[in-house]
Amino acid sequence: MEFLQHLLSILIWLPIVGGALLIAIGDDNDVASRRAGLMRTAALAVSVATFLVSVVLYVGFDNAATGMQFVEKNAWISSLNVFYYLGVDGISAPLILLTTFITPLVVITSWNTIKNRPAQYFAAFLILEGLMIGVFAALDALLFYVFWEAMLIPMFLIIGVWGGKRRIYATLKFFLYTFLGSVLLLVAFIYLYAQTGSFDLFGFMDAPLTLAAQKWIFIAFLLAFAVKVPMWPVHTWLPDAHVEAPTGGSVILAAIMLKMGGYGFVRLSLPIVPDGSEYFAGMMIALSLIAVVYISFVALMQKDMKKLIAYSSIAHMGFVTLGLFILWSFDGTSGAVLGITGGMVQMVSHGLISGAMFLCVGVLYDRVHSREIAAYGGVANTMPIFAAFMVLFSMANSGLPGTSGFVGEFMVIVASFKANFWYAFFVATILILGAAYTLWMVKRVLYGEVANDKVAAMKDLNSREFMVLAILAISVLILGLWPAPLIDLMSVTIEQLVEQVGRTKL
Amino acid sequence: MYSYYLTIVLAPLAAAIVAGLAGKQIGRAASHWVTIAGVGISCILSLVVLKNMFWGGAGSENISVYTWAVIDGLHMEVGFLVDRLTALMMCVVTFVSLMVHIYTIGYMREDPGYQRFFSYISLFTFAMLMLVMSNNFLQLFFGWEAVGLVSYLLIGFWLKKETAIFANLKAFLVNRVGDFGFILGIAGVVMFTGSLDYATVFSSADSIAAQNIEVFPGAPWNAMTLICILLFIGAMGKSAQAPLHVWLPDSMEGPTPISALIHAATMVTAGIFMVARMSPLFELSTTALAVVIVIGSITAFFMGLLGIVQNDIKRVIAYSTLSQLGYMTVALGASAYSAAIFHLMTHAFFKALLFLAAGSVIIALHHEQDIRKMGGIRKYMPITYWTSLVGSLALIGFPGSSGFFSKDLLIEAVKDSHWQGQGAVYWIAYLSVLLGVFVTALYSFRMFFLVFHGKERMDAETKTHLHETPAVVTVPLILLAIPSAIIGWFTVGPVLFGDYFGDSVFVVAGHDVIGEHLAATWHGSLGLLTHALMTPVFWLAASGVFVAWFLYLKRPDIPETMKTKFSGIYNLLDRKYYFDDLWIKGFAAGGRGIGQFLWQKGDELLIDGLMVNGTAKAVGRMAGVMRQIQTGYLYTYAFAMIIGLTALLSWLIWLR
Repeated sequence: MEFLQHLLSILIWLPIVGGALLIAIGDDNDVASRRAGLMRTAALAVSVATFLVSVVLYVGFDNAATGMQFVEKNAWISSLNVFYYLGVDGISAPLILLTTFITPLVVITSWNTIKNRPAQYFAAFLILEGLMIGVFAALDALLFYVFWEAMLIPMFLIIGVWGGKRRIYATLKFFLYTFLGSVLLLVAFIYLYAQTGSFDLFGFMDAPLTLAAQKWIFIAFLLAFAVKVPMWPVHTWLPDAHVEAPTGGSVILAAIMLKMGGYGFVRLSLPIVPDGSEYFAGMMIALSLIAVVYISFVALMQKDMKKLIAYSSIAHMGFVTLGLFILWSFDGTSGAVLGITGGMVQMVSHGLISGAMFLCVGVLYDRVHSREIAAYGGVANTMPIFAAFMVLFSMANSGLPGTSGFVGEFMVIVASFKANFWYAFFVATILILGAAYTLWMVKRVLYGEVANDKVAAMKDLNSREFMVLAILAISVLILGLWPAPLIDLMSVTIEQLVEQVGRTKL
Repeated sequence: MYSYYLTIVLAPLAAAIVAGLAGKQIGRAASHWVTIAGVGISCILSLVVLKNMFWGGAGSENISVYTWAVIDGLHMEVGFLVDRLTALMMCVVTFVSLMVHIYTIGYMREDPGYQRFFSYISLFTFAMLMLVMSNNFLQLFFGWEAVGLVSYLLIGFWLKKETAIFANLKAFLVNRVGDFGFILGIAGVVMFTGSLDYATVFSSADSIAAQNIEVFPGAPWNAMTLICILLFIGAMGKSAQAPLHVWLPDSMEGPTPISALIHAATMVTAGIFMVARMSPLFELSTTALAVVIVIGSITAFFMGLLGIVQNDIKRVIAYSTLSQLGYMTVALGASAYSAAIFHLMTHAFFKALLFLAAGSVIIALHHEQDIRKMGGIRKYMPITYWTSLVGSLALIGFPGSSGFFSKDLLIEAVKDSHWQGQGAVYWIAYLSVLLGVFVTALYSFRMFFLVFHGKERMDAETKTHLHETPAVVTVPLILLAIPSAIIGWFTVGPVLFGDYFGDSVFVVAGHDVIGEHLAATWHGSLGLLTHALMTPVFWLAASGVFVAWFLYLKRPDIPETMKTKFSGIYNLLDRKYYFDDLWIKGFAAGGRGIGQFLWQKGDELLIDGLMVNGTAKAVGRMAGVMRQIQTGYLYTYAFAMIIGLTALLSWLIWLR
């Protein structure tokens, strides 16, 4: 089975090559033209094909196996002992599936809303998809770093070219924040390379490191990952980036790029510097709780819907980091596995829900050209079907049981109660605060009398919008009602991880 | 029976999905038929289940339906525990729901959201059944939140109405405050037992009670007390106990059928049900029981008082509901779980009846809800009148009615529950429920007299159209009036004294006030009835009715003068003890203030202004300084080079 041996390469390069071809064929700014139509059909075909390949990955993935699967390892730069080394386990597989699942939806959403250089726009998303999958699949630190940094470029362009009025400020902020964070990541990799003689991540994990070295490496990792998550107080780039990004950009940013941070902690920080992680666990827990409580309050007062959802994302990502870093607060392992699983589920679920929320705002924006809550009111009167979707996603965002939003939060709350009553106390405030900021927005946007002529003229969802939101709604409900398949995908890997992290390197 | 249970739960869900997604296509009539069929099937099968339990001797069943997730030994499942407690709740829920479904055909006839409404109430029935039939905490929480969701959707059903969409947000958020406690309680259960399954948790109850948890360093609390109080905070939200009661009166902004179904008969009793279900836990913490009884007492008495000054027909009944829920909570705190559930059942019938009757009056008067604009309706609406009378008499505990049996024995149980030697708590509770009887009679019959008797205060236009409502409205009234009147007679014996609940409710020896005290003097329904005339309960109720008659029919001038004379007390009651202000001006406004502060001062000023953009500016300024050096003139560079060389050489020569 030649095909299966290169599955991950196909997943990475299919969209990248597809995107490059789109750029090569060139653009047609007339959205109605045949050529533009061909371009977006091609973009959709590539993204759907990538998704189908990832389905093969899911089917072929062995839940019970420990270690990496679908491994590819070829020499890349022999003189430096760098490898083109790919593989997936239960931690990266769900995130790769999330990426391939969301990207076609983004292509459909942007179908004819992008008037300016549509082919390049679609190409940027396809290339971005490949690079993100590359991050999740890379097992060689240098390869990881290349994908990690390369990923910034398409996103930089998406916001910078197709963004809103203050897009230059937002892109610079986004780029500098994430880039500065990542530079130290490279330094840490080089140090580890010097210690082990290769960029093999497993080599890093096995390398004996002093506590002092682990602390420094942890801080270097932290700067890179905390910015991506984003954690308080390095979060302020996110609301700005979201506000200026086009709808598709926001969806990818919230749904997948934010997961890079959480993934980095799980894949690199915890296993490579377990003692360093333990040393800083208290601080990480504190920052996570601040993210949940402080950011939720901030979200409450937002006037711009995209900012509100961006802040909501930060608060929800607090669950991820909390779930990961309560690992050392238990006597046994059960709480640790529950916490990490909760954090992982939260990442996937947040990908679906926040993506859907940004799509909802996009639907509104396409009609009224405003993101201000005050510009709306009574939308449910003119767009009842849309309102039903938005209420569903808002409820999911408030963590209603039966939706995916509940699953991870529940697990993290239960695990953190075991760790410390007060962790659970503070983190559970999201039940109140999350519902408050989300549903208050729903009240002001959807309910009430029709607020103005623009709202009165709004047309309900077209079939494309309906399809995308329906697909997301069904996934949110399925994951909420039956999360077992997702959890089974991860559980062996997470148990292994907890066991590995529990072994001190000192 | 497995297929029965699945059908009972899924029939309303399927109906809700059909009416909700395809309502427009299948039309109005088909929508109400499909939902009525769904709930009807559930109701009939629930009655079969109850019959099998009661007469057929069927035991309780604990069945797993599917595994939700398994993480490192923690099994999270969806499943059913059907025992005698559950069976009773299933019948109450599906029967009242069925009545409300039928009634809705008449009440919502002209509403454009007809199909949506039927979809919601069927969905509610599904959620409520999931809640009561659950065999684990996870599914309980699912049902708990799902009924909250439907309640939110239904209170805001008329989504153009500003008061309605304010009320539904308020209801959801106040409930979430309760759920905050509830989920922490569930987390506590998992921490100490490693399981979410009722059976496992209950069987390890003793070990929880034997452990301590240090919430505050140096102050160990009993784990069971902490867990039970946290769980009870959830019950306080859902069952609207003070101070989390503020959402219930406002929820009256929703259509009347759901006030009957959700905010009187079923959802608000979920908290009562939950505590009874958790009796194996609560019984092991007398501290938690004391908290329960105190909160219940406060709610029972003080919320009843508010009913006296309300003028909106539905709000009077809403405060009555609060007060009656307080009664049930007091019974829970006194370990008289069966009395609480028994009162829950009779209350479900007569309170649903009262709401639906009020709705009948409201539609007859073209959506007028102010009782000051009613009066003398008796002769126009005889069926509504007589059924309302039945409901009101049952509410005040008129001898022989269903409410009489449940309330009288509830009060007796509280009176006899000396168990913990907590004198003050016990006296507060007993006084509250006793004096509450007078208050109940007063507000109930104030409303009854003002609506049905006395001067006709509506305008002439309304009066010409005033007539009895159609059969779809009156038939449910009659069908609810029958159990309200008579169900107490033949159920009180078996339910309270015949050990109906068996092992579905657990009472620690020494706490069992009904089995150990009341049973000794129990001589059948008739005995209780003859005995009733000599109890203070009866005379308090009778004097309440009399005072209502005197003040509101005979001498209506007196309440008006009292209003001005005792304006302080009147204002206190009229403003509902300022609880709304506490929540809205206190917590809600406070939260927004904190949010504004953290956003403007924290994010914008400190982080973005000072740290991020400040760094950028500092870099810019530094670069500005550095740029001065890069002049582009050769002599500048040459000069710098010479200085550099000099410095380097001097260092090499002298300092090394």
